[in-house]
Amino acid sequence: MLEHFDIFLLEAVINGILLGGLLALLALGLNLIFGVIDVTWICYAELVMIGMYGMYFLVQYYGLPYYAAAPLAILIVAVLGALLHLLVIAPLLNAAPINQLLATGGVLFVLQSFATVAFGIDFRNLGIRLPVLQFADMHLSYSRLLAFGVALIGMLLVYLFMTRTFLGTAIRAIAQDRQIMPLMGVDAGRIYLITSALGGALAGLAACLLVLQYDVHPFVGLSFGPITFIICVLGGLGNFVGGFVAAFLFAQIISLGGLYSDLEWGYVLAFAFFIVMMFIRPAGLLARRS
Amino acid sequence: MTARQIAPWIAGAALIAVPFVHRDAYHLHILILILIWAFAYTSWSMMGRFGLVSLGHGGFMGVGAYVTALLWNHLGVSPWLGIPLAMLAAAVLAVIVAYPCFRFRITGHYFVLVTLALSGIVLQVITATRNYTGGSLGYTPDRTRGSQLWALQFDDKAVWYLIALGIWAAGLLVWRWVDRSMDRYALEAISEDEDAAAAAGVNVTWEKLKITVISALMTALAGALYCQYQMFISPDTVSGIAISLQMVFAVIVGGLYVMLGPTVGAIITIMLAEVLRIGFGTKAVGWDNLVYGVLLVVFIIFLPKGILGSILDRLKTRRETRAPAILAGEPKQSTAVRAEVAR
Repeated sequence: MLEHFDIFLLEAVINGILLGGLLALLALGLNLIFGVIDVTWICYAELVMIGMYGMYFLVQYYGLPYYAAAPLAILIVAVLGALLHLLVIAPLLNAAPINQLLATGGVLFVLQSFATVAFGIDFRNLGIRLPVLQFADMHLSYSRLLAFGVALIGMLLVYLFMTRTFLGTAIRAIAQDRQIMPLMGVDAGRIYLITSALGGALAGLAACLLVLQYDVHPFVGLSFGPITFIICVLGGLGNFVGGFVAAFLFAQIISLGGLYSDLEWGYVLAFAFFIVMMFIRPAGLLARRS
Repeated sequence: MTARQIAPWIAGAALIAVPFVHRDAYHLHILILILIWAFAYTSWSMMGRFGLVSLGHGGFMGVGAYVTALLWNHLGVSPWLGIPLAMLAAAVLAVIVAYPCFRFRITGHYFVLVTLALSGIVLQVITATRNYTGGSLGYTPDRTRGSQLWALQFDDKAVWYLIALGIWAAGLLVWRWVDRSMDRYALEAISEDEDAAAAAGVNVTWEKLKITVISALMTALAGALYCQYQMFISPDTVSGIAISLQMVFAVIVGGLYVMLGPTVGAIITIMLAEVLRIGFGTKAVGWDNLVYGVLLVVFIIFLPKGILGSILDRLKTRRETRAPAILAGEPKQSTAVRAEVAR
């Protein structure tokens, strides 16, 4: 009996780690935008939703294979991210932060209802069923493993881009000092645009991975959007490493909380943990005390 | 008495007279919804106007509606007692979340996201305790036969109209009361610069906590009222992040800094939804939110003070530029000089 229980526990822990990889990828895109442009995209999860619809239509209607559709979907969301910056954020760059936040809240409504109007409220899935891995009485879905692996590779690529290329260095420099860098000949507007496209591309990548595990519907963004923000805040907005750690911590709480009770209680526990942590470490998990 | 003093009394009398003159059930229903939501939006702007942007008000509204309905169904507590208890519960929740926030100076983005977590928690708790609350399928308070005062259930829409009107007017009075108190100046100072306000002797934590609790109490009342009128609540219609964003949106459209701004926001958003619903029928699903979203973005970029706020502003500047025109004779030059000095 005890042995049996431990297997469940181990399974939950492993599933938590796999979920953590995906959440970390989601948080990375949002953190990038916040760290560089100092704006929170409330509609970030809705960009992912559009990407998931893109995958669905490319695969189901145009008959593209999954691996050919994925780059296209990533491109679509990247363009969407750049457009979001040009149309909504750029005119508000000097407005109060709250106004920027609320404007992207408006975009959330637009994307959600656009999906409702254009695609209807049916749940759709890709129709690709990946096998379930059985290992010592544990059931691990292959799609989760794939998502975890790709998410880690994606994060590694972003890390290399940010540290090893000229453009990445310019982005980090802008994030450090918005006033000085334009004087050094860095075009801030261009950097913001590239960063927005990159953030969109990361949302697109997350969409390609999520669509393997979850059905698409116009409100799918609401089911993981709030968690993504909370992870970013928990790790400290703009702090990449903090976001990474927070994602795994959060995924464990949801997974283990869900093991002992309903999945909703896992979420309640995770949200409550977040509120408590805000009071203990308001500037993020890894922030230094000033 | 000047025209300015008499106008509210005339408007009030006209509003009270409406159900006695015009008894169309559909029109009354729309008016009741506008009044209830206008009250909820006013409650949100009580703190929103001081830069305390909360996305947790969906949570307070959900607590107001569900506590009232649960007490009535499971324990038979009359809403007359249940509503104050529900308001109390929302206030306790507000203090639990807001006190540490204000004590530890969590502001701006961080405050928005903490309160966002609060509405997330309330939504998830309602869904998780589905054995009592019906989960996402919604919940209906037990009906009494016919109208019952002690159960706060009325068949006549006119009664509901008068109740909603009274509560809405009370909300405006609370706004006026805050507007004329010393707290308003303290809170405005806090929203400009917390440290400077604290240095000037303002108790920052206490002032913010006070306005938050007032706002939470009012929002819970709005939720309970909505529940008693509609006799059906679901997590999506009274709680959660979508409702919180809806409140913010309507207030931004109407005007955040003026007393009737939230009411104008409620009128515009509800009329828009109804017109689209009638115009497009069932095809309208999603269209109202699409228009909302576009409007919200456009408003924040071009009219951050909202419709009513911008109109009042324009009237004010016109009056101001006209006054020196009579005195100085050359208004254009004087504004140019003023601009020069400001530069």
